[in-house]
Amino acid sequence: MIGVVRDLGYAVLRFIDHLGKLTIFTGQIVRALVTPPVRVRVFVAELFNLGVLSLVIICVCGLAVGMVLGLQGYNTLVRFGAENSLGAVVGLSLIRELGPVLTALLTTGRAGSATTAEIGTMVATEQLDGLRMMSVNPIHLVVMPKTMAMICVMPLLSALFIVFGLAGGYFVGVNLMGVDGGTYIASLQSAVDYYDDVAGSLLKALVFGVLVGLIATYRGYTCAPTSAGVSSATTSTVVIGSVSVLIFDYFITALWGV
Amino acid sequence: MSRSPTRDFIVGLFVVAGLGAMAYLSMNVGGYTFRGDGGLTLFAAFDQTGGLKVRAPVVIAGVRVGQVDSIALDTNFRARAKLNLESTLKLPVDTSASIVTAGLLGDRYISLQLGGEERYLQPGDEITMTESAVILERLIGKLIHSTDVQKPE
Amino acid sequence: MNRGAEEDAHVTFTGVDMAFDDRAVLRGLSCQFPRGKISVILGGSGSGKTTVLRLIGGLVHPQRGCIVVAGHDISQLSETQMYVVRAKLGMMFQGGALLDSLTIFDNLAFPLREHTRMGEAEIVAEVHANLAAVGLSGVDDLLPGQLSGGMIKRAALARAIITHPEILLVDEPFSGLDPISVKRIEALLHRINRERHITMLVSSHHIPSTMRMADQVVLLLPEGPVAGSPAELQRSADPRVAGFLNEEREEEPRPETPGAMHEGAAP
Repeated sequence: MIGVVRDLGYAVLRFIDHLGKLTIFTGQIVRALVTPPVRVRVFVAELFNLGVLSLVIICVCGLAVGMVLGLQGYNTLVRFGAENSLGAVVGLSLIRELGPVLTALLTTGRAGSATTAEIGTMVATEQLDGLRMMSVNPIHLVVMPKTMAMICVMPLLSALFIVFGLAGGYFVGVNLMGVDGGTYIASLQSAVDYYDDVAGSLLKALVFGVLVGLIATYRGYTCAPTSAGVSSATTSTVVIGSVSVLIFDYFITALWGV
Repeated sequence: MSRSPTRDFIVGLFVVAGLGAMAYLSMNVGGYTFRGDGGLTLFAAFDQTGGLKVRAPVVIAGVRVGQVDSIALDTNFRARAKLNLESTLKLPVDTSASIVTAGLLGDRYISLQLGGEERYLQPGDEITMTESAVILERLIGKLIHSTDVQKPE
Repeated sequence: MNRGAEEDAHVTFTGVDMAFDDRAVLRGLSCQFPRGKISVILGGSGSGKTTVLRLIGGLVHPQRGCIVVAGHDISQLSETQMYVVRAKLGMMFQGGALLDSLTIFDNLAFPLREHTRMGEAEIVAEVHANLAAVGLSGVDDLLPGQLSGGMIKRAALARAIITHPEILLVDEPFSGLDPISVKRIEALLHRINRERHITMLVSSHHIPSTMRMADQVVLLLPEGPVAGSPAELQRSADPRVAGFLNEEREEEPRPETPGAMHEGAAP
């Protein structure tokens, strides 16, 4: 019994220790951000690795989720004779919640784990030490561009996810279930407000980008320099990243207002 | 870093597509409009706004021509709304503003009825003829009260 | 050591203690590495030879003691301050530590592009010259993953010397190499030391090449370091030194006869 309590205390202390280290790490990234030189080519390469390479999974999943929403939404609304509100239901679900959250979870799994593995391997093969010995700050060259790219990429991917989802919902609702196309779009446009819904959605995606970017690069940077260390760091990125996204989702939703 | 023009181009496409999606969601779906500073600003005071919200639409003949910028109490404890309208509007000085409801239980908005005068409202002017919101509970209360005290004349 | 050598010391350790967590690796290490010479840090696994190099490079800091590198006391310098000192250093890592997403050409050009204002044509010339100096031409467009172990080490060496450092740190250059490659690397290091007058600090447990190559040997024994020229060490009456030299020799296949089985103690 005492052992359990002791383990719990140890876990809490270790968590707080990690939080502190993560804060210092973030400070180093911010300092690297305002230090010249500007690494445009590296940043563009990371936009490609994190964004373009995630496009397929994001668009396919967006389409699939939209189609499911269209189907489920229709089946539920038709019981109340409210199937003409399908556009609103699909649109609000995607924009307010499913777009940013699912995009963040999918991106954590693909781009986040890839980032952690890449940085972790660089630690294990002494490449980061090699950079230090050449008087190049590894945070400036490797970590900062990856983090900034993740932050920029997340809202873009989220918007694309939502658009594909709306199209999927349209396809199912209008083409398969017989809802009138004009009604779908009109219901969508009247229910969605820029300030309440779209702006909040993009803000969520931005915050998730910061979260996943920091967690993925931190776990890679601090992993044990062995292949087991890299593998464990990659798994923990996915787990911690996903849980953090969901927890922050609640707080942002609550703070952004109704 | 090895440069690859193809990869740069694809990244550019990706960013354009993402920004386009964001713009579509913001403007087409969400109704965001760019408001230049050249809007026509007018004021209208009401006894009762009935829950009129900031950013509620201002409508002429059912067509949206602007929105409510802000609402504040004036010195007479009336609710004074600041309206942001399209700059090309020419409204006669006897135009009236009334607060109406979209549907029976929907959101409140402001509807303008044009007057007949030849002089037009200038930016910053006050719309003097205003009709306050109808509060449903008061209406029902009046109805009940009037049936109660119905007595032959 | 006589005073002449002290004045020529390029790197000096004084009373350095180094421990990782609870494990003490170095205790009170004091030694000097003379300018322009090849010094080999000899020792078994875990004796701390790589740690010595990492201390000189400022990648780790000692718990106690003083380290002077090219006139700078680096014992407690911050990372940013170390960048200034590292401009005089070059390091060849055990695994090469080349950036695996860049081609060999870009890997060598990297320090030049970061720290100099050389034009692209100059960089091309410099990279090709250094690749030729280590016997690696025509590998410009290959990635590190496409090179053999020996080629990676040579490319890493070229990258370490391309910025014309004063001091070259070499971590286990012979590990994982076949005997022919060992000799090739040995000859390379020797030639670069002679031609460019770079002070070399090499960590190794490969005794034969150490004896051939080194001007000075610092043998890290658990009880403390023993420094001297290769001849002095081989003649040493100290039983621990002789014991180490013989023990390591027994475990090494002889470079001249590859594939030979273990032989007894050297005559």
